[in-house]
Amino acid sequence: MSGSETTAGGLSRRAAYEARQRKRAMRVAAGSTAAVVLALVLLVPLAPGWEKVQRSFFNGEVFAKTFPGLLEAFLTNIYIFAWCAPLIAVLGLVIALCRDVRAPALYPLRLFGAIYTDVFRGLPVILVIYLVGFGIPGLGLPRPWNSPYIWGSLALILVYAAYVAEIIRSGIDSIHGSQRAAAASLGLNEKDTMRFVVLPQAIRNVAPANMNMFIALQKDVALLSFIGPVEIFRQAGVYKSLMANFTPYVGAALIFLAVTIPATRYADYLMQKQRRART
Amino acid sequence: MSAKLVLSGVRKRFGDNEVCKGIDLTVQEGQMVCLIGASGSGKSTLLRCINLLEPVDDGTILLDGRDIAEPGLDPQPVRARIGMVFQSYNLFPHMTAAENVMLAPRRVHGRSRSDLQAPVTALFERFNLGDRMGHYPDQLSGGQQQRVAIIRALAMQPEIMLFDEITSALDPELVGEVLDVLRSLRAEGMTMILATHEMAFAQEVADKVCFLDKGRILEEGPPETIFGAPREARTAAFLSRVL
Repeated sequence: MSGSETTAGGLSRRAAYEARQRKRAMRVAAGSTAAVVLALVLLVPLAPGWEKVQRSFFNGEVFAKTFPGLLEAFLTNIYIFAWCAPLIAVLGLVIALCRDVRAPALYPLRLFGAIYTDVFRGLPVILVIYLVGFGIPGLGLPRPWNSPYIWGSLALILVYAAYVAEIIRSGIDSIHGSQRAAAASLGLNEKDTMRFVVLPQAIRNVAPANMNMFIALQKDVALLSFIGPVEIFRQAGVYKSLMANFTPYVGAALIFLAVTIPATRYADYLMQKQRRART
Repeated sequence: MSAKLVLSGVRKRFGDNEVCKGIDLTVQEGQMVCLIGASGSGKSTLLRCINLLEPVDDGTILLDGRDIAEPGLDPQPVRARIGMVFQSYNLFPHMTAAENVMLAPRRVHGRSRSDLQAPVTALFERFNLGDRMGHYPDQLSGGQQQRVAIIRALAMQPEIMLFDEITSALDPELVGEVLDVLRSLRAEGMTMILATHEMAFAQEVADKVCFLDKGRILEEGPPETIFGAPREARTAAFLSRVL
């Protein structure tokens, strides 16, 4: 047989060459990574303040004592996230649809949608939390309606719904006009065209972008600590004051990362999958 | 035979570009009319005007004697009576073939899924797609997608079908199966208007061929006349280029 076309392993010449290249690239990557890690491990402890930093940020004893409490406080973050997320999705969708109405009688809705997204995308989240979280209970509402959990959550919902609305609207715009034409040619009205043809495709297209919004929301729940709720960030602050040590903050950071890194990776994976599907 | 559709002086412009410059066309009940002509001659726009996807600027379109080009008229009931099939299929990618077909009868005619199951299955089987009802569009070949698009339009039980260059996006070996569907509809007496580049097919099945040139119907007649002995020099020139 013609030995020039395939090698002993049955690989084509090209495949054998590429396998060699991959192995070589892996060796180089492993070598350079090891060198950098080694340098960090050896050099950082040589810094003059390292001992002090280690004691106040990476104190194993404090970490072990405070970590269970931090985990428990993180449940509060999860609760707040869990009731905010669906409300944000619904309000975001409503606002996006408001901005898409064509009927002249509904123009006020359109105007409202535009002003809403402009205002809430234009303000820092923390400012909205302060204004809503301190302002509304200031009306002298009776318990439980003066709870910072309620009004803090409302602030998050208002801000994030504005972003989600814009994302959904860009999804609606991304659906090609030929889909609307096909729906119209079948006699479907505008409402049914939106509900059955445009929206399902639009929402699927922007799912990864919305995922990223919800990851950001998960982090921003910590901002509610500024108006009262004892969630993980605030709890870490309490521990810091009690023990005069910053390690609880590092613990809190680890807990956040344990949630956000897998979630971000998953969103990236979704986005990549979508890009592949389109080509 | 009675006139199903009568167009008089239909005009349509996009900005400075007048695409239809006063088109007169009569389509009899059960007739198959083929529109031929170079790209940009106004074939597609004319079909989109008939289906009210594009509002007509001037002129009248009588469907069973009633003017559907009247400004301000609700287009949806009219569109439900006229089926349209597009060059690029335009199936809804997030629905299976069967769901694509059932959506409009359910929403526009208010029929239930269980009601539709039998007639829709029969349509799929008639066009040899009985085993493809649960497939999504991206799992179907171009020819299969286009046949599903035709079934989708037929499921609304339209009185007229419009076909906008429906074989132009297909690989040559898939064109035949779609043209077979048209032959079958022709045999059952469906009123059809077809914008096409398939000259041999037009010659074979059309009752009337219209040659469009720069937004006007320059010449119309039975296929033997248009293809055999065209009156206009421009028709002859076009045919000599494409035949």
